[in-house]
Amino acid sequence: MNEIPRHKTLELSDLQVTEMYRYMVLARMVDERMWLLNRSGKTHFVISCQGQEGAQAGAGLALQAGIDFVFPYYRDLCLMLMLGHTAKDELLSVFGRAEEPNSGGRQMPGHYGDRKLRIFTGSSPVGTQIPHAVGAALAAKMRGESYVSFVSFGEGTSNQGDFHEAANFAGVRKLPVVFFCENNQYAISIPARRELACENVADRAVGYGFEGITVDGTDPLAVYEAVKHAVDKAKAGKGPTLVEAKMYRLVPHSSDDDDRTYRSREEVEAARQKDSLLHMKSYLTEVGLWDAVKEESLRKSLMAEINDATTYAEQAMNPDPKTLSRYVYAEAGEQ
Amino acid sequence: MERVYGTMADIKMPQLGESVTEGTLSKWLKQPGDAVDKYEPLAEVITDKVTAEIPADVSGYMEKIMVSEGATVSVGTVLCRIREIDNTENSVLKSASLSDAEDKSIPNGAHPNGAQVVARTTSQLGGETASSPRYSPAVLRSAQDHGIDLREVSGSGEGGRITRKDVLRRIEARKVSANTDTTGGIPETLLSTPVFPSGNVQLASEEIQLQTEAERHEQVSSPALEDVKIVFPTPLRRIIAKRMVESKHTAPHAWTMVEVDVTGLVSLRTQIKQDFKRKEGIDLTYLPFFIKAVTDALKAYPMLNSAWVEDKIHMYQRINISVAVATDDALAVPVIHDADRLSIVGIAHALNELVAQAHSGRLSVHDVAGGTFTVNNTGAFGSVLSAPILNGGQAAILSVEKIVKRPVVIQESIAIRSMVNLSLSLDHRLLDGWIVGQFLQAVKERVESFREGLLIY
Amino acid sequence: MAIKQYIDAIRDALFEEMKRDERVFVLGEDVGVRGGVFRATTGLYEAFGEDRALDFPLTESAIVGISIGAAAAGMIPVAEIQFADFILPAVNQIISEAAKIRYRSNNEWSSPIVIRAPYGGGIHGGLYHSQSVEALFTHVPGLKVVTPSTPYDAKGMLKAAIRDPDPVLFFEHKKLYRLLKEEIPEEDYVVPLGKAAIRVEGEDITVLSYGYALHLVLEAAQQLAQEGISSHILDLRTLRPLDDDAILEAVKKTGKILIVHEDNKFHGIGAEVSALIAEQAFFDLDAPIARLAGPEIPAMPFSPVLEREYQLTVDKVAQAMRALARF
Repeated sequence: MNEIPRHKTLELSDLQVTEMYRYMVLARMVDERMWLLNRSGKTHFVISCQGQEGAQAGAGLALQAGIDFVFPYYRDLCLMLMLGHTAKDELLSVFGRAEEPNSGGRQMPGHYGDRKLRIFTGSSPVGTQIPHAVGAALAAKMRGESYVSFVSFGEGTSNQGDFHEAANFAGVRKLPVVFFCENNQYAISIPARRELACENVADRAVGYGFEGITVDGTDPLAVYEAVKHAVDKAKAGKGPTLVEAKMYRLVPHSSDDDDRTYRSREEVEAARQKDSLLHMKSYLTEVGLWDAVKEESLRKSLMAEINDATTYAEQAMNPDPKTLSRYVYAEAGEQ
Repeated sequence: MERVYGTMADIKMPQLGESVTEGTLSKWLKQPGDAVDKYEPLAEVITDKVTAEIPADVSGYMEKIMVSEGATVSVGTVLCRIREIDNTENSVLKSASLSDAEDKSIPNGAHPNGAQVVARTTSQLGGETASSPRYSPAVLRSAQDHGIDLREVSGSGEGGRITRKDVLRRIEARKVSANTDTTGGIPETLLSTPVFPSGNVQLASEEIQLQTEAERHEQVSSPALEDVKIVFPTPLRRIIAKRMVESKHTAPHAWTMVEVDVTGLVSLRTQIKQDFKRKEGIDLTYLPFFIKAVTDALKAYPMLNSAWVEDKIHMYQRINISVAVATDDALAVPVIHDADRLSIVGIAHALNELVAQAHSGRLSVHDVAGGTFTVNNTGAFGSVLSAPILNGGQAAILSVEKIVKRPVVIQESIAIRSMVNLSLSLDHRLLDGWIVGQFLQAVKERVESFREGLLIY
Repeated sequence: MAIKQYIDAIRDALFEEMKRDERVFVLGEDVGVRGGVFRATTGLYEAFGEDRALDFPLTESAIVGISIGAAAAGMIPVAEIQFADFILPAVNQIISEAAKIRYRSNNEWSSPIVIRAPYGGGIHGGLYHSQSVEALFTHVPGLKVVTPSTPYDAKGMLKAAIRDPDPVLFFEHKKLYRLLKEEIPEEDYVVPLGKAAIRVEGEDITVLSYGYALHLVLEAAQQLAQEGISSHILDLRTLRPLDDDAILEAVKKTGKILIVHEDNKFHGIGAEVSALIAEQAFFDLDAPIARLAGPEIPAMPFSPVLEREYQLTVDKVAQAMRALARF
């Protein structure tokens, strides 16, 4: 092939795309480890990113970690790794240990937050983070700062009032915010066709006066392109964009769910064939950046990293019970 | 239909918007004598929130303008008066007069229906019938803290209830007369507290010898000596006084009380007392039952059977019950040793013996030594509530008050039950409400378990 | 010193805080060009521009949610909910989010926002412009709930709320807006949150209240004074956290306690205050704790006759105070 590789036309370096792939594999392997720990009775809860790594990696690459404000949702494991969290951080979180960076063991896994990375703390009622993101975008505009505000959520959450209220206000005020919908086809057990009457979640954007883009969420480069466009537009003062990445949730909703009760194994198996990891690996192989040897050595080194992280997290300190009542309000001397 | 001329309608400043309380009349659109149609604008008004035209409520003629342009008046102020042309009674006037009447019906003065309200609320604290006065926590606490006998306080509250203020007034009054009254106004029932903890009578009387006549005078001097008859107490009385002061000063007293249903105990005693007298030769009183219940509870809560001695807690390994016995000139507090090993009959005999010896002045040193817990039979004097002073060297003292019949709520109905109050003073240095509460609960449960047919041997 | 109405005090506090700290801005329905339906934000749009007197669509949840996000990015938002009755769509943002942000992030993030809302009835507002909603929020750890009852306090407490590092619900009884005038110092001052205020010292009964009801109590106390009954009156001012020490002190003063509020009685502020007293001042009680509160119906009806029947009045309050004094 003599064509210019696609990532080059997107002004991405070889290193950037192989790194992106590395994060996708890391996310998948950390996710699998969390299931393993759960199924062996060592941890209490897993909420998974499997199937959504490519979309998150593409979006993450378009963001400036520690500068842009990020309002993630509970499936954004790969995005968190892209922004600066490590396998160790995520495993500490699964064990609810004192030093896990999201909440010091106070929140369930998947409830991200990290102030130094400008990742805002999240909760479990879905969609509440969307107005928060718009608020941070409002602050950027008021203060003349150049960051964008990025918020992600599922297609199920796009039915929540908070999505519509926040999108409307962002549209009215042309705020620098990127709405990123990870449409994984299921709101727990309800398939998209039974929760949305429109074809795409992105179709909703027009009602709020801004652009909506639907992309293949299993193609990290396509997602990068769309989110990068949205980020650049926001920074240029041209208002919000709703980017919808479509993919498939490969595993049950959470460790407490059994997806065999509402979808066929054949359907899941078909989706596995379109996994973003396969997609990215074949692209990198095609452009000559990847081969079986590199794949094996990557997986080997990541497995070592995850094993170390697991051991560390398992032995790490629990939160001190005496801290139960701390930080309900600002404590004396703090502001 | 005949037209009625001359009814007057007042046009008032309306409330134009929430929270608005006043408005400024900016312009009159009608002048006196002008004809006015219903809903026709009369004036322009400006408030904080809106500028609005005030319409007429009725048709007629502008009679009188009562607020000049530029004036700011509060909501409800009459702005103008319209002489009405109508054939029915004016609805505005109707509602206005109705609200006037309402205003008048609301009592503005003092004590509306005072007597009625009293009658309704008396029952709240159980009322103040002569047989069972109820006191509020504040009244009980201040009475206890200051040694006030509530029977001597007259109540100014509803139905004669003694209020906290009544007690405070009593305390103030006593302070004023304190110098003429060496007993400090402590009523007799409160003095029915045991002394003689371990019989160092000799030493005490020596101390008394050292006091000079002058010192005695000092204590009883002050106002109007000629109105006072001075009595020199017996050495025994002085020891009692000294022990009381010592105990009250060194041990921080706290006080609590439980009500116990003794209906079962009363019928048990009624059932067996004649037979008992015939077989045992002595009267069967209630006290042995209470002592039995106390010793059982002390075994379960041994912390009550102890004393605070120089920053240490002495846990007594034996249960020796001191019993206060009133004699003509003093109190004796003989001890039933190892009372926990005795049956109710055994306790009755031991008590009988000790009381007889106390009355005949034949108590030995051993008879009054070694008490670990005191049971005080204040019910014998008719008391229903007392706050005993601790016996030196003991952590708690229990008063058994008079058994009285009282209406009691059982589930949803009222029954007449025989009830008794058990009052307990405790040394707060080593005992707390929690443990004492559990102890009293155990005593209560034990006492309430006595019923007809139970064996007492 | 200048004589100010309650509503002026609110407006002055906002103006002065926005001038003092450019991170402070107000947002809500009609707060900009219109200056607020109660005129609480009049002049802010002219003085500080449309961004800092921000007119908002009719979306209460987003008003609070966007405030939280703006605060996360360093701003100090003062959100206005036009009527406290309309705060309910925002409850998820207030209780699930604002109240828990500091705790759930282990003190990394916080939510220094103020939510102002006019509450209470007696202005012909019917069921949905009259409610008292304070008790719904006082149950929630992480929130502060305040209800100032005088112009002086309204200004000082609003400033304190704006400077507070945690979310504060600032409830303004709308009947007080133009009812009260008071001399207020020109210079900057704050009235600390969490502190009650003794309004009248007295001997016979203690009355605890807040908001508009407090003024009924003060008026009733004047009537009672002529009858020889002396009342000790405590304005709670902040409902969460309660000023436990001040409440217990006030209880000790007379031993006879009446709690008065417009909100309905069941699980209301009076219930918590009663429990506190029963737990910590039992031996100071000289009478059963009494409560006078709104009836157990959903809200205040529109008909003036029904509204009047619902409302507390000086006479109703005076009667309850007399009954307690007599006891």
